[in-house]
Order: sequence, then C-alpha cells, then structure tokens
Amino acid sequence: MTNTQTVQFPADTLERVHKIIKRYPEGKQKSALLPILHLAQAEWRWLSPEVMDYVAGLLNIKPIEVYEVATFYTMFHLEPVGEHVIEYCRTGPCCLMGGGEVYDHLKKKLGVDTGGTSADGKFTVKEVECLAACGWGPVFQIREKYYMNLTTEKVDAIIEELSK
Amino acid sequence: MKILTQHIDVPGIETIDVYRKHGGYSAVEKAIKTMAPDEVTEEVKKSGLRGRGGAGFPVGMKWSFLAKPEGVPRYLVCNADESEPGTFKDHYLMMKSPHTLIEGMIVSSYALGANTSYIYVRGELMYVINILEKAIQEAYDKGLLGKNILGSGYDLDLFVQPGGGAYICGEETALLESLEGKRGNPRNKPPFPAVKGLYQCPTVVNNVESIAATSWIVNNGGEEYAKIGVGRSAGTKLISVSGHVRKPGVYEIPLGITVEDFIYSDEWCGGIRDGHKLKAVVAGGSSVPILPAELILKTTNGENRLMTYESLSDGGFATGTMLGSGGFIVMDETTCIVHNTLTFARFYHHESCGQCSPCREGTGWMDKVIHRIEHGKGRMEDIDLLVDVAKKIEGNTICPLGDAAAWPVAAAIRHFRDEFEWHVKHPEEATKPGAVFMREGASWTL
Ligand SMILES: Cc1cc2nc3c(=O)[nH]c(=O)nc-3n(C[C@H](O)[C@H](O)[C@H](O)COP(=O)(O)O)c2cc1C
Ligand code: SF4
Ligand code: FES
Repeated sequence: MTNTQTVQFPADTLERVHKIIKRYPEGKQKSALLPILHLAQAEWRWLSPEVMDYVAGLLNIKPIEVYEVATFYTMFHLEPVGEHVIEYCRTGPCCLMGGGEVYDHLKKKLGVDTGGTSADGKFTVKEVECLAACGWGPVFQIREKYYMNLTTEKVDAIIEELSK
Repeated sequence: MKILTQHIDVPGIETIDVYRKHGGYSAVEKAIKTMAPDEVTEEVKKSGLRGRGGAGFPVGMKWSFLAKPEGVPRYLVCNADESEPGTFKDHYLMMKSPHTLIEGMIVSSYALGANTSYIYVRGELMYVINILEKAIQEAYDKGLLGKNILGSGYDLDLFVQPGGGAYICGEETALLESLEGKRGNPRNKPPFPAVKGLYQCPTVVNNVESIAATSWIVNNGGEEYAKIGVGRSAGTKLISVSGHVRKPGVYEIPLGITVEDFIYSDEWCGGIRDGHKLKAVVAGGSSVPILPAELILKTTNGENRLMTYESLSDGGFATGTMLGSGGFIVMDETTCIVHNTLTFARFYHHESCGQCSPCREGTGWMDKVIHRIEHGKGRMEDIDLLVDVAKKIEGNTICPLGDAAAWPVAAAIRHFRDEFEWHVKHPEEATKPGAVFMREGASWTL
C-alpha cells in the first residue's frame, strides 16, 4: 500500500507539519517527531518503514532516529492493523470496575484474541495499560475517542455502530 | 473549599468568555501588571503548595532553584503525562476546564521568566489535546498569550506536546528526552533540570494540578492558601477515586479530612458499594503501598488516618503508605489481592525503559512469579523470592520507577501474605473464576 513514491502528506497536513516544527527553537526540529508520527499514523493507519523514512526526510534526521522512537512508544502500530483499533485497558482499577468480563465479551464477539484482527479486517483488538480514566472504567479507546463505563450491552452497540 | 474545581460544572466553562465571567485570568492581570516575577515565586513559597505529581516537593522551593544565566532561555514544562494507574485527575481538570491550566501556565511562566512553555500530555488523550489547543488559541486571540501580553512587554508562547504511550515519560527527565523527540530514557541526575533541562537549558517541570493552583495563590495570597489544610499539607488536592465505592470520580478535598469521611461520606465517595465491605485501599496511585481496611482508616496509634502527606505515611512502610498522586483505588472483599498485584507487576514490567538491569530484569521476574502464583503454579518459596527481588530493585536504579515497581509487590505480601500462601496451597480452588481468599475474623469478611 505504501511505497516511497506514494508516501506524501496531503497539502493541508504538510502545512500543519511546518507549523508544528516552528514550536521549537531553531535546530530542534526533532522535537516535532512524536506529533508528526501521530499525524502519519492518522493518515496511513500504521507506520511502515517507508512512512518512517518519509518522516525522517521531513525533519531532516536519520531514519534510525525515527525507528528508535517509533519502537519505544506503544501507541505506534508497526504492523498493519484493522480499520478500527480497539485499545482496552487491562490494568488493576479497570479490572475492579468489571473489565475482565467486558473485554472477554468484546473478543468473543469479534472472534479475536488480543493483538488479533477480525476476519473482515474491520477491527484490531489491543491490550493497553491504564488510560487515565480508571474511575470511569472499564474503558477502551478507538483512535481519539474514549469509550467509558463500558458494559457488554454498550460494547454490542459500539461494534454495531462501527460495523455499518 | 474548592479552588481548582469551583466552576468546573458551569456550562461553557471551557470557553474563555465564560471562564472570564467567573473571574478567570484575573491572576494573569494581577501578576503581570502589579507583581514582579520574584514576588509571584515568593507567594507560592509562602503558600506551602507541594508538587501534586506524586513526590510532594515544595513548588516555590523548586522554582527558586532555577538557574538564571544571562542570555539563556528558561523553560516551564507542564507534566500532563498522567499514566500512574488509579490517577485521572489531570485528565478531568484539563478536559472540563482547560483555561484553569492555561492561566496557571501563564502565571507560572511569568514567575520563572520563561518565554516558551510546553504542556506535555500523554498521547492517548488526543481529544484533550484538541480541547487545550482550542483554549490556547482563544487566549492568544485575547492577548493573554503571545507578544507583549496585556501591554506589559512580557512575551509567552505556549504549546501542547503529545506523548506516544509510555508511563516512564511521566518521570521528569524522561519527559524532557521525549519532548526532544527521543526515546523516554530517564537521565542521570545531577545535573538537575533546574540547571540543564530541556535543550540543556534551565527548566522547571511541574504537574498540572501544581501549576493550576498558582492562579488562586496569586489572587488570594500565599498565606490564605496555607490556611487551608493541616501543617505541611497545605491547600486542596484532587483525588481520583476508582474501584468499589458508590461514586467513583474526581473530588477536590481540603487536605486534612479523615480517610473514613472521604470514603464513607456522601459528600465524597458515598461508601462502599451496596452489600459489601472495605478490604483494602491503594491511596496514591499504583506505586504506593496497599493497606488493609484497618490500617488505612486508623494508624497503629489508633488515631484517625487523615488525607494528608504526613498522616498517610505515618508508620513508614511497615504500616503506612503515601498520598502520592492522589489515585485512590478502593477494593471490597470480592477483590483478589494476588490478581490486582499481578496487573501492577505486569504494568511495571511493560513500562520499564530497560536502561538499568535491576529494574529491567527484576520487573520481569516479579511479573513472571506472580503470574505463576495467580495461575496455580506457584511454590511457597516464590513468596520470599518476590520479597527478595523487590529488595534488590529498590534503591538500585537510575529513576524511581524501580522503587515504584518494588513497593506494591512488597506491600501486598507484607499485608496479605496469607492470601498468596492460599493460592500456592490451594491452586485448584484459587484458580476458579471469582475465587477469593477470606481471612478468618477479618473486618472485610462478610
Ligand atoms: C515513573 C514515574 C512516573 C511519573 N509520572 C508522573 C506523571 O504522570 N505526572 C506527574 O506530574 N509526575 C509524574 N512523576 C513525577 C515527576 O518526575 C516529577 O516529579 C513531577 O512532574 C514534578 O511535578 P510536581 O513537583 O508539580 O509534582 C513520575 C515519576 C516517575 C518516577
Ligand atoms: S529504573 Fe527502570 S524505568 Fe527507570 S531508568 Fe532504570 S530501567 Fe528505566
Ligand atoms: S486502570 Fe484502566 S484507565 Fe486506569
């Protein structure tokens, strides 16, 4: 899907990239790496080596500097993922709030294990650590949106909505 | 007494007009027009405000350590990484009332002489980042940010930086590395950020709640702030409550109320959920020692435990805990302590940056050993092995994540050893879904 020729942000995103770089002092443009990787992931869903090389070029840094960072932070997908990535919190407080049952239901419904993608390619399910919403758990996030106080019924409704 | 959340439920408070109608940005006007930067720092010192990110270091004192070499920029960086399990107070404050943080950022940056400041927010909270950026734009449009703020000659640019999903970036030097576009590996100290921080320039890193509190202090004076609370625990604190209470959520409390009141009064948590009893509490985020019901409510001297730095730590680690970040996790008698400890051990194993071997290897071992106990494959020696591993990590690492990983495991065994032993002795029973050990005669047994 992504080879070097086609990897290029649309013009408005490129404009945002240049604005972001200006947030930092002269010569410190590497600081823009995380924000730009987020933009790249929003554009291409996951960070292929080609995408990372493109980002390195934009920031005038070495590709290895991008790989080092992309592999350190858990939000970045380094393999292809489904259309919707569901990231559910597995940490203690969410378990106390009934997370176990809700997440089992989610995985059963989609027929996937943690880390897996549903057969139709629509959903990838990932386990993550605390999302800073513990008292509103169980919780998962799909891209920028938080889904909180989850119940098995709510999960059904969300999946139905997104399957349309 | 509410300082940070007084207007938080006012409709539209996230917009600058409504925020200003409720007195917002008066601290910026007062500080910039009528006070010298050092006078602001002086008020913050007098207030007794302590860092709300977990360590409780006095904010004014930290500010006074900032190096001020001529011609070198200084930075204020707000720590909104909030990744400590149990903690979601900064999330709540920023999401509901972004201007409360922005106002504090302007006042604090002015005091420190910073002309560029950053708010580092965990990347998962992208929707909160959008809320903050919108509010920052409003502040620029009203001349409260940018060049020559309110005609004073003071310039400030404020930016939001997203993280990428890594608990360790809450540690202040890892955060600075991350803000420089690198992996979040904590730095060796010294040098401290106050001397060499962001881009090797003098930098102050403070928590969201610490920074937000400075506006009230400027408006009302440090002495007024110091009057709230008890002794060295001055002011109010946001407590985020999760687990088995009737009303989980975020509460702003005056420091000094009793733990019992906090848990059982309708003003706060409203008690344990119906038909259940309190078993244990983790009072300050996953890193602090867990305490059983008796010890969280009363100290060993029989005194009521208070929601203060001092009272919660009364008894040291033998019988006390810490206020930490205010992540208050409540567990009733249906909670399996071994399982809960496993999720914490797994968390620290997952989040260790891997730079130091005691932390990298030790967190892995603890995760693995508790995992096998929880899954009915444990041995009696494993329990002491865990204590031993925890001891070997403690104090032997570059950053405090190692300690933060060791303490919860050591404390769970200290107070609930019989529960670990029961898992080892009765693997079949212990691995049944929902099975929980009931200690004979314990106050939480139904
Ligand atoms: C592993 C680790 C994670 C931390 N996470 C946070 C955090 O999410 N938010 C925070 O404010 N402080 C966090 N801290 C504490 C910071 O290092 C630092 O002390 C704090 O931001 C200083 O601000 P304060 O004095 O206003 O509390 C963490 C520390 C460690 C060791
Ligand atoms: S203690 Fe752990 S997290 Fe901290 S620097 Fe060492 S390995 Fe990294
Ligand atoms: S434990 Fe799930 S959001 Fe914190």
